[in-house]
Amino acid sequence: MSSSAHPGINLGGGDPKAQRESETPAFGFWVFLMSDLIIFGVLFAHYVVMTGARAGGPGPSTLFDLRSVAAQTFLLLASSFTYGMASLALKHQRQVRPVAIWLIVTAALGAAFVLLELRDFVNMVGEGGPPQRSGFLSALWALTGLHWLHVTAGLVWIATMLALLSRFGLSDRNKTRLLLLGLYWHFLDLIWIGILSVVYLGGLA
Amino acid sequence: MADPIFGRLDWTVTPFDDFFRDPSINEGVAAAAASAVPLGAVAVIAFLTWKGLWGPLWRDWLTSADHKKIGIMYFVLAGVMMLRGVLEGAVMRTHQVTALDGGVLSAEHFAQLFSTHGTIMIFFVATPLITGLMNYVVPLQIGARDVAFPVLNQISLGLTAAGAGLVMISLVIGKFGTGGWTMYPPYTGTTFSPGPGVDYWVWAIGISGIGSTLAGINIAVTIYKKRSPGMKFLRMPIFTWTSLCTAIMMIYAFPALTVSTAMLALDRSLDFRFFTNDLGGNMMQYANIFWMFGHPEVYIVVLPAYGVFSEIAATFSAKRIYSYNSMVIATSAIAVISFTVWLHHFFTMGQGASVNAAFGIATMIIAVPTGVKVYNWMATMFRGRVRLSVPIIYLVGFFFLFVFGGLTGVILANPTIDYQVHNSQFLVAHFHNVLIPGVLFGVLAGVHYWFPKAFGFRLHEGPARLEAYLWFGGFSLAFLPLYWLGLMGMPRRSASYDNPAFEPAMWLAVVGAAMVVGALGVAIWNFWASARDREALACPVGDPWDGRTLEWSIPSPPPEYNFYALPRVNTVDAWTVEKAVGHPYEMAPRYTDIEMPRSTAMGVVIGGASAAMGFAITWWIWWLAALSFAVIVAALIARAFVRETTRTIKAVEVEVAHRAFLREASRTPAVGRDDEIAPDNLGHARPAVPA
Repeated sequence: MSSSAHPGINLGGGDPKAQRESETPAFGFWVFLMSDLIIFGVLFAHYVVMTGARAGGPGPSTLFDLRSVAAQTFLLLASSFTYGMASLALKHQRQVRPVAIWLIVTAALGAAFVLLELRDFVNMVGEGGPPQRSGFLSALWALTGLHWLHVTAGLVWIATMLALLSRFGLSDRNKTRLLLLGLYWHFLDLIWIGILSVVYLGGLA
Repeated sequence: MADPIFGRLDWTVTPFDDFFRDPSINEGVAAAAASAVPLGAVAVIAFLTWKGLWGPLWRDWLTSADHKKIGIMYFVLAGVMMLRGVLEGAVMRTHQVTALDGGVLSAEHFAQLFSTHGTIMIFFVATPLITGLMNYVVPLQIGARDVAFPVLNQISLGLTAAGAGLVMISLVIGKFGTGGWTMYPPYTGTTFSPGPGVDYWVWAIGISGIGSTLAGINIAVTIYKKRSPGMKFLRMPIFTWTSLCTAIMMIYAFPALTVSTAMLALDRSLDFRFFTNDLGGNMMQYANIFWMFGHPEVYIVVLPAYGVFSEIAATFSAKRIYSYNSMVIATSAIAVISFTVWLHHFFTMGQGASVNAAFGIATMIIAVPTGVKVYNWMATMFRGRVRLSVPIIYLVGFFFLFVFGGLTGVILANPTIDYQVHNSQFLVAHFHNVLIPGVLFGVLAGVHYWFPKAFGFRLHEGPARLEAYLWFGGFSLAFLPLYWLGLMGMPRRSASYDNPAFEPAMWLAVVGAAMVVGALGVAIWNFWASARDREALACPVGDPWDGRTLEWSIPSPPPEYNFYALPRVNTVDAWTVEKAVGHPYEMAPRYTDIEMPRSTAMGVVIGGASAAMGFAITWWIWWLAALSFAVIVAALIARAFVRETTRTIKAVEVEVAHRAFLREASRTPAVGRDDEIAPDNLGHARPAVPA
């Protein structure tokens, strides 16, 4: 029976019942994200081990398009900002409309990210860099591909969230879900920063 | 080349086909084993239909979100799988006495046997046993009404059962992989293992591994957030402490298994190059990532067993556990250090002397906290009023055998020695020597200890003692000779040998294996006989062993909401203190409405769809894989729209039930410890020693 609220994102003091009910799910979701982080951590480590295993195949300098990566970074970070706006709207305005609008903006930015990265994937195949080409490329595709799948799953979640909002409004359970979705979305940002630094900037440095 | 509807399935995939073509002992054993699965299934279906039990099975068990029922279902699953695992072990031992220059089974069949035996024993016996135990006991020990996420709990069980189901199906349809329970590539890549066997393993382990991650999250969050008022961390029972450490380890270790199996799956299904021989693949990374999971797993399964021993050492010696704080510190230390030793599983892979030395030293260090625990258990018994009943027999057996196994582990931790005996029978002896006296003895002791709590009647003491002695003797004969064989140079996993000097030890081992099968038979008989005599063994008041922790304060079996009113805790061993100086069996000042989770089919749907997906990918039936995945996603989304997920039990109803229980408790005469196993013991304990 801990009385301390979960760290970081929360509903504030204005809604004690929803805040109390969100505590166990929010804590549980933090723990889930930690285990997800292990998955990414192992893939990062594997990628670093495999950077030299190109077997004569293409490497970062032929495959990476920094302008596209910069655009993706901007889109994803902006989407996290807009999700933050959704959280603030939830905390202070307490109406479905502004929350939903910010969610839609977030989803649009996320979808743009997903499409841009998909284009990069297609280009990589065109340049002779499918995952089957080398140990290095398998590691690269696994890491970036898993992040891509996470963002895509996040888009499905946002769509579900919008449906839930239109159906049940800002119920206590929906407030909890918005907290968890926010944690998830910001978590993906964090992973992307790691990918940007280790894979793209590190690969071209 | 794969059929669009049936993938690579056709009528030649069963072992019956091979048996008709070649009626040898080898194929006969395979066909008999394969017949056991459908025959067992038909027998169960017939029994359920005959007794009209389909409705109760569905309503009261499969769709229940009650942590107690889920815990029991984990045990049923593990029990079925253990039956197969033990019999496979006995078949292998029987083969090995004939294996001088040959043997009755083919080398490939033998390889399948040790692969399924290991896979089943680790993932579908040890892991579900301890998950089931934690599921059942932890909420009762911390004074909670259920786990933090009851539906997720059900899904975890569904995923574990899906994996177990895939392993069982592989007996009948197709063949299991032959790469051992660790399935090292490149041998298990498509080049050398093109068939479906390795895919069965990949998907069984991948799916059940996710279930275990989720189970770990659930148990950890339950312990962090659901403790009853006053239950501070240092007032938790030691079993709960070991469960907390285990759950945290599951959260951190199982993702590595998910990654290694997913990578192997990508190599096999989409032609990736993670672990292949060519194009830059690196098979050493598989061993590395797999054992990042694999070593912590060893402690994941043994820590709860340590927890059981802590509970029974205190209860059956009528003494507080010796040095509670050092137990907690030792448990936590094991949990942390177990993540720093994984490399000792492949000292010979070539990472260099200094790396090996670091991991060898870490491996030796982890024996220290375990040693602390063994001394604490002995000190708990020292000058206690020890009752030498079944759990203590297991504990004493554990003292002798586990310490021996632990010491051989310290020997293996030295890389220079490991170079000599690795991959030999010495290793087989070592890990069975820690897993059976450690994990299995602990779980069996725990079953005997908590069985009356779960079902309201005790197990017969006599047969259970016989079972314990058979396990002790059978284990010793079946595995201790293997140290000797290992030192003589007999490699592990070899289907035949050419040195006649190995034979006498093999005969000893097969006698031991027969005793272990006997122990299992006695166990099954005892469950049946005790259920038959449940009137004489009943202990409805719920405290047959003069227990020390909260679960013994409630009736047996407990009501679905566990506690009539949440207990207030202000010490360790709260129930013992309450019985000695407080007011046990009293009405609560007030009762509140209780919200309990409603039944749901989520676990069955997700588990069933996952099993179908794993089967489909194994056999390249892509439409079914896509459909099953869609069902999983749709079920998860649909679940979010269910509004009524809980139902309320009225305070009045709870109060009436509590009053009835207290009336029964006051009517029931209290028994002293001398009559513990007599029919008089209805579960009302007369405390013998204050606190």
